[in-house]
Amino acid sequence: MAKLTIPSEEYQVGGHAACPGCGAALAMRYLLKGLGPQAVVVIPACCWAVIPGAMPGTCLRVSTVFSSFESTAAMASGLKAGLRQTGRGDVPVVGFAGDGGTADIGIQALSGAAERNEDFLYVCYDNEAYMNTGIQRSGSTPAFSWTTTTPHGLEKHTPKKDLPMILDAHHIPYIATLNPSFPEDFVAKATKAARFKGTRYLHVLADCPTGWKHDPSQMVEVGRLATLSHYWPLYEIDQGRLKITWSPSNPIPVEKYLRSQGRFKNVTPEEIAQIQQTVDERWHALQERASRDQKSPERIEVQSETPASSVPHSVHPVSETVIVHPNEPFPSR
Amino acid sequence: MTKALLSGNEAVAEGVRLARAQVVAAYPITPQTTIVEKLAEMIGERSLSAEFIPVESEHSAMAASIGASLAGARAFTATSSQGLALMHEMLHWASGQRVPVVMANVNRALAPPWNVWVDHTDSMAQRDTGWIQIYAETNEEVLATILQAYRVAEDPEVLLPTMVMLDAFVLSHTYMPVEIPSQEAVDQFLPSYRPVVRVEPGTMQLFGSFSPPDLAYMEFRHDMASAMQTAHRKLIQAGRDYARVLGGQPLGPIDEYRTEDAEVLIVALGSLAAAARDTVDEFRREGRKVGLARIRVFRPFPEEEIRALGSRVQSLVVVERAHSFGSGGPVATEVRSALLDIPSRPAVASYIAGLGGREVTPRHLRALVERAIRKDVPREAWVGVKEVIA
Repeated sequence: MAKLTIPSEEYQVGGHAACPGCGAALAMRYLLKGLGPQAVVVIPACCWAVIPGAMPGTCLRVSTVFSSFESTAAMASGLKAGLRQTGRGDVPVVGFAGDGGTADIGIQALSGAAERNEDFLYVCYDNEAYMNTGIQRSGSTPAFSWTTTTPHGLEKHTPKKDLPMILDAHHIPYIATLNPSFPEDFVAKATKAARFKGTRYLHVLADCPTGWKHDPSQMVEVGRLATLSHYWPLYEIDQGRLKITWSPSNPIPVEKYLRSQGRFKNVTPEEIAQIQQTVDERWHALQERASRDQKSPERIEVQSETPASSVPHSVHPVSETVIVHPNEPFPSR
Repeated sequence: MTKALLSGNEAVAEGVRLARAQVVAAYPITPQTTIVEKLAEMIGERSLSAEFIPVESEHSAMAASIGASLAGARAFTATSSQGLALMHEMLHWASGQRVPVVMANVNRALAPPWNVWVDHTDSMAQRDTGWIQIYAETNEEVLATILQAYRVAEDPEVLLPTMVMLDAFVLSHTYMPVEIPSQEAVDQFLPSYRPVVRVEPGTMQLFGSFSPPDLAYMEFRHDMASAMQTAHRKLIQAGRDYARVLGGQPLGPIDEYRTEDAEVLIVALGSLAAAARDTVDEFRREGRKVGLARIRVFRPFPEEEIRALGSRVQSLVVVERAHSFGSGGPVATEVRSALLDIPSRPAVASYIAGLGGREVTPRHLRALVERAIRKDVPREAWVGVKEVIA
């Protein structure tokens, strides 16, 4: 049996205030395992503004700065500049925001910071709605998903924003999609992201049993189905080159993933077909891009503008990291 | 100490350079832009060893300044009008996080209609955000106030962000002789920032985590209120120390001019006071007892000083470049409130003047004072409003 590569150290300790089966709680736990205890985390308004617990308690063993809803990336930019100016430029700064705080209200600050190639890691934990305020639709809510503001009769017909590709258009050094149901892939990408300079972006599927309407005990399995169906493909874009880091040998129909959750209980067979088509098209586009990028290693020259500062930051290419493949997924039901 | 001809905006930049600010995050807006242009130039030529973050909005400028300050760096930003309004949420965040960020605000009117000229509505609208507010009258005072602002903001007994106001164009783009203190003397007055608390990696620190009703939220706010009261004393001390170490007259919360035996006082902020000085001189030449009380510090409001002045005069003529719709002039409201329970309460006239940069001359002010001498003290009157052109 293969030995797990996930560090045994815990930087998120027991006693968090998340709902049972919270994917975002698992995401933070794995992320910090990948980053280590020196990380300084910036958290805007989101579930994670509450999950650490009321002051002075916290479940995080790292220094934590809370920020307003839309300013994660700006706060992280200033924090990093301040750390450099106080001789601590090697301290990793991490923004950890939900999908509403990233795709909607925070996209301006994130886009600005990414364009400036600010030196921090931005993690979006995507539970596909405003969960902390009670399950309202966000720009990251998928088509036909129930939320309190997309009730029956007022369904969302547009697909979710493709955040990793929006970030890709900013030419930042590292982007990856992650899924806590694939912990080894998750931790390897977090560790790898930490080794770059400049803006790095991790997009994490964060199951929310409360909002997705399924039994909390099924969280890990629902996450598995997401990637087994290509609904949540696992890939990375390393200095402009896209690579699929893990894919199922026999993908399952997306219907299996949709039927695992109450939020999709009203979808019609036609809508399922439409979702399947979207998933297939995106998967093929990813495969094509991956095949093209692997053939042309110099596809994008990642540039880092030297800022008018005493401490320039630039992209330092890292050597190829071996992504450890997760254990064989358990069979779908 | 050298003397130079500087615009108000250049005086801000020179003050920031002398303060050895470490992080400057800013976004362009007329008429603030030349401040950050000058700072970018200083950072580019390495005469200021700071990082420049060319953020994508004023909201992010303040967020980045807060982040830098939390890390223990001396942070600066500058804005004006719409930019200050966009920052509003983060102004509360800065004071709530108790970061001693210093910001210059070039007072400009808010749109619509578009108008880039002087008006105090922008900063008056931020008076409840927990920021110290200081309004300058001259470019030399602008430079001195930037340095005093850092000194008070960073005081461990204060730790509140501070806003330094200068009037659009009248100060920001007008050149005046300015005494520039030596770096050595400034370093003595303003040593490098020693934060009481800063972000320390590897600890379980929390900066701003949530606090329900029965926990510490109300205590944090009470602490800010106390710090603001302490700031009053610290600002007076900083003005005295500045004069001792760097020269000039000590600047306090209120700048009095020929008030000694005055019967009527003009009350004004910013560059309006310069016009008022001419008016006062003219009356004095005629043997009439008129003086000027320029409110320099609006937050914390100098209530005791206003009460002391008010008990000596017959009337105060408050002339201000702001209006709170449905209430009145914010300065007049606070002056009246301060004087409410003194034994010999003077009359307080309230004039709204010069909104959107409309000119206010010594002649205008003379007419207002003459009304007060005639015991004509309006509750609220607007100066120089033309008939609306339909």
